[in-house]
Amino acid sequence: MNFPLFPPEASQIARQTDHLLVALVLFSAFTLLVVFAPMIYFLFKYRRGKKADRRPVHLPETVIEVTWTIIPAIVFTGLFAWGANVYWAIERPPADAMEISVVGKQWMWKMEHPEGNREIDELHVPIGRNIKLTLASQDVIHSFFLPAFRVKQDVVPGRYSTLWFKADKLGTFHLFCSEYCGTHHSAMIGSLIVLTPDEYQKWLMHGAPGPTMAQEGEGLYRSYGCSGCHVRSTVVRAPPLEGLYGRPVPLQSGQIVTADEGYLRDSILLPAKDLVAGYTNAMPSFQGHLSEDDLLKLIAYIKSISDTTPTQETEEAK
Amino acid sequence: MADAHVALQEQFDEMPQQKEAATLGMWTFLATEVLFFGAMFLSYIVYRQTYPRAFAEASHHTIVLFGTVNTAILLTSSFTMALAVHAARENNIKWLFRFLAITIAFALAFLAVKGLEYRDDVREHLWPGPHFRPELPPQAQIFWVLYWIMTGVHAIHVTVGVGLLSTMAWMTSRRKFSATYYTPIEMTGLYWHFVDIIWIYLYPLLYLIHRYA
Amino acid sequence: MNPLENVENPASGTEYFATQRTPKNYLTEGGHTLKSWLLTADHKRIGLLYLYSILFYFTIAAIAAALMRMELITPEGDMVTSETYNKLFTVHGTLMVWFFLIPSIPAVLGNFVLPMMLGARDVAFPKLNLLSWYLFNGGGLLALYSLVVGGVDTGWTFYTPYSSTYSNSHVIAMAAGIFIAGFGTILTGLNFIITTHKLRAPGMTWFRMPLFIWSLYSTSVIMILATPVLAMTLALMAIERLWGVGVFDPKLGGDPILFQHLFWFYSHPAVYIMILPGMGVVSEVITCFSRKPIFGYHFIAFSSVAIAVLGFMVWGHHMFTSGQSIYAGLVFSFLSYMVAVPSAIKVFNWTLTLYRGSISFNTPMIYILGFIGLFTIGGLTGLFLAAVGLDVHVQDTYFIVAHFHYIMVGGMVTAFMAGLHYWWPKITGRMYPEKLGQLAALTMFLGFNLTFFPQFILGYLGMPRRYHAYAPEFQIYNVMSSAGASILAVGYLLPLIYFIWSLKHGKKAAANPWNATGLEWQTPSPPPKHNFAETPVVDGPPYQYSAEEA
Repeated sequence: MNFPLFPPEASQIARQTDHLLVALVLFSAFTLLVVFAPMIYFLFKYRRGKKADRRPVHLPETVIEVTWTIIPAIVFTGLFAWGANVYWAIERPPADAMEISVVGKQWMWKMEHPEGNREIDELHVPIGRNIKLTLASQDVIHSFFLPAFRVKQDVVPGRYSTLWFKADKLGTFHLFCSEYCGTHHSAMIGSLIVLTPDEYQKWLMHGAPGPTMAQEGEGLYRSYGCSGCHVRSTVVRAPPLEGLYGRPVPLQSGQIVTADEGYLRDSILLPAKDLVAGYTNAMPSFQGHLSEDDLLKLIAYIKSISDTTPTQETEEAK
Repeated sequence: MADAHVALQEQFDEMPQQKEAATLGMWTFLATEVLFFGAMFLSYIVYRQTYPRAFAEASHHTIVLFGTVNTAILLTSSFTMALAVHAARENNIKWLFRFLAITIAFALAFLAVKGLEYRDDVREHLWPGPHFRPELPPQAQIFWVLYWIMTGVHAIHVTVGVGLLSTMAWMTSRRKFSATYYTPIEMTGLYWHFVDIIWIYLYPLLYLIHRYA
Repeated sequence: MNPLENVENPASGTEYFATQRTPKNYLTEGGHTLKSWLLTADHKRIGLLYLYSILFYFTIAAIAAALMRMELITPEGDMVTSETYNKLFTVHGTLMVWFFLIPSIPAVLGNFVLPMMLGARDVAFPKLNLLSWYLFNGGGLLALYSLVVGGVDTGWTFYTPYSSTYSNSHVIAMAAGIFIAGFGTILTGLNFIITTHKLRAPGMTWFRMPLFIWSLYSTSVIMILATPVLAMTLALMAIERLWGVGVFDPKLGGDPILFQHLFWFYSHPAVYIMILPGMGVVSEVITCFSRKPIFGYHFIAFSSVAIAVLGFMVWGHHMFTSGQSIYAGLVFSFLSYMVAVPSAIKVFNWTLTLYRGSISFNTPMIYILGFIGLFTIGGLTGLFLAAVGLDVHVQDTYFIVAHFHYIMVGGMVTAFMAGLHYWWPKITGRMYPEKLGQLAALTMFLGFNLTFFPQFILGYLGMPRRYHAYAPEFQIYNVMSSAGASILAVGYLLPLIYFIWSLKHGKKAAANPWNATGLEWQTPSPPPKHNFAETPVVDGPPYQYSAEEA
């Protein structure tokens, strides 16, 4: 029988988190010693019936109190900074990350690679690459938890979340849903499989990929009639989508927002929310008409045309 | 003073102590009430920040006339309530009763106007759900959910107020109060002013936003 | 002495309490009829009514916990279905939090001793106090109704949109139960605040008040300011469920995270409702059984207030992985560290209080020492969770479960047991059996640690909470935990048995069996209906113990 204390460490962040844990355990052990060594000593020395010097002494109360207020406050600030540092690394995905889409629904995880490979409750990734997941939920709140990587992100319906990691160990690791999501919450589990880059390429090819996500998105773009308005020389004027992703967009309210996944999502589902400056609200809401899968594909398409120039001169809008 | 001795409860030593306890108790209760409404106001602020356009559009469908009339009614009733407390302090029991009755009448008028307004709102398909006005953006439903809950909870408070005021009027007619003992009247007054103040916030937030949005 | 006393109602169930040939007390005065209890305005009787009620809810919630621990002995979900399992942890959480822990020390012990400690005849609004109990049980009945008709499977946190849209269980009845019981809590808090302000005996200045009063006062402030937010939040959730549309509905552009903000704005301060009163009991007991004035009275008093205030500013640390902004995460992390400072101050002060004392190890003292140990571990692991980078890993795992059980059970329940033993002679006029008491305290301490310490490791290994079935490598710690739970159960049953035994066979208690200093000990045990024959006058600070004389 073995008593494991740590889950596998499969990333740099996992090691950073474990160092923080060890530091906190040592700090706790030290604190317990500081509090309980004197306490146990007092309990023996001054137990009733035992001879001891019990004459009241006047201790410098204020000095003592201020000391044991300030010292913990300083130590705690240090611990805060350490924890914040790890958090900063966890929460900020590097720019060069490979992007994979994940949709959670009761009670399964659906992964979609940009190349068009799909998998359920399994995620194959190459070792040594930064991986960024865009997470969406079709129904309730789920949470994508990879213990071996010490990362976790709630997946909230109505918005995208992101989570990133970089595997530096080959193997199969646990994937858990860690936010209670209903009857089969504990069955919403899967595995993360880390492959060598070669194996990963082989896996991608072996998966007999169909069209890429962006290609499928383009199909949807036409079948839902988006192309009818979002091109040059149409009766209904709509903002062009080429070169949109990642750029600042001036809104009618005077704000300027960046056209990220969340913005694109809101603009498709809730077009009236952030009207682009110079346009009227002519677009219907696609709320309820698009599944989270299709939405991600549409966004993948819009992202794929982010390098092209608009076919319609934006100046005309003025 | 005989009345006062009857009214002194056994846990207190003297009347001023009992009165201070009641007053502090009422203020503490109102602090609770502020937080109770606070959760709704916070939700309102969050969503209005997120969807200013939809909120302005949704607010356009509220019936400003009813809202304004009710504001006038409630403000006046606060005034008559203050006069009732004043009458009690002056030991003018006859006018105490009359002002309480007027306040009750205003409160009932408020509820009646609110009822008419609710009827029109329902007719206009402003009740959230599948039959909600389709031309409004989906976030407008959030405004209307908040409208119904906020005004509904407020109306419940007005109804409780009517109950309290009626009890006070009945106790007044039974000669329970005098210039030496009228704490319950004062407490009812505090409560009634609170209900009034909540409405003072609800009125612009629900009825007037499209005027400057 | 009143010879007629025993003739009045000889068959009554409360005759245990009515110690024969004793002067009139609150148990005999006013009658033995059921009506005399159900319509009482006496804070002591209401305290006892609360004691019976919370024991009832505790029993149900504890049975749910026992079933869960049995299920978790094996990795497969083989004893109950996952649906049943989900309902079990929901029952356990909701009943334990709202129907046991929150009323435990405040409504039972607080109700019983707060007016006496202040030298008052009753609380400021006795009828309101009774109304609190009825609201509490009205809410409790609704909660029970939701269980009887099929249960609730949302977890005690009721996260939307699961609770408002997807769950097929009796969410509204349960939410309504908590809503109503919440007003009972608010009125209790209101009563304590006003009583503390207005009914202190002559000479009882703020800084002569026992620290238990300070802790109850701080608790009451949280009760009146946080509970209404919970009530409205649950109402908004229930309305969304009822109408099919609502303010948290993502389909309308609503934000489920807003629900979490509102929920934790209540529920984090509520954690302090569930620990501050326990800290108050520690200060009472540790001074009495070490015969020492408390060290750092003002600092302990103000640390209670500081906890109550700071407690309102840290709710976001429950949401580090929810997708709130990074900057919000950092601010909440920092504030969470700061709220740990006043707790640390208390532990240091209690330790130094023992210096040059005359320490006896009566049952309440053993519980209190257990409290300090368990609370310190709970508090230190709180520092792990406040370290936001580490929290990302352990959030929603058994690490969290272990942490809050160390605070709630290791802290609050242990302190409740300490207080119950400490004031038992005052409440019943009888002593509990000391040796058995010490044995039960040690059993509980050992059982508790065996149950919950392995869960820290389980959590770090990555076992998520609310899992009906789990990966096989987690089994060893789950088996340890379940074994510990059975020892813990013995630790709970023992006091139940000997407390009941003591009502009839326990040694008669003197007015002040512990030779303690509080005003509650200056009146007979059990106290007369209005507590004091004449209002006491206070002329000095509390805890004037002398270790040399003991």
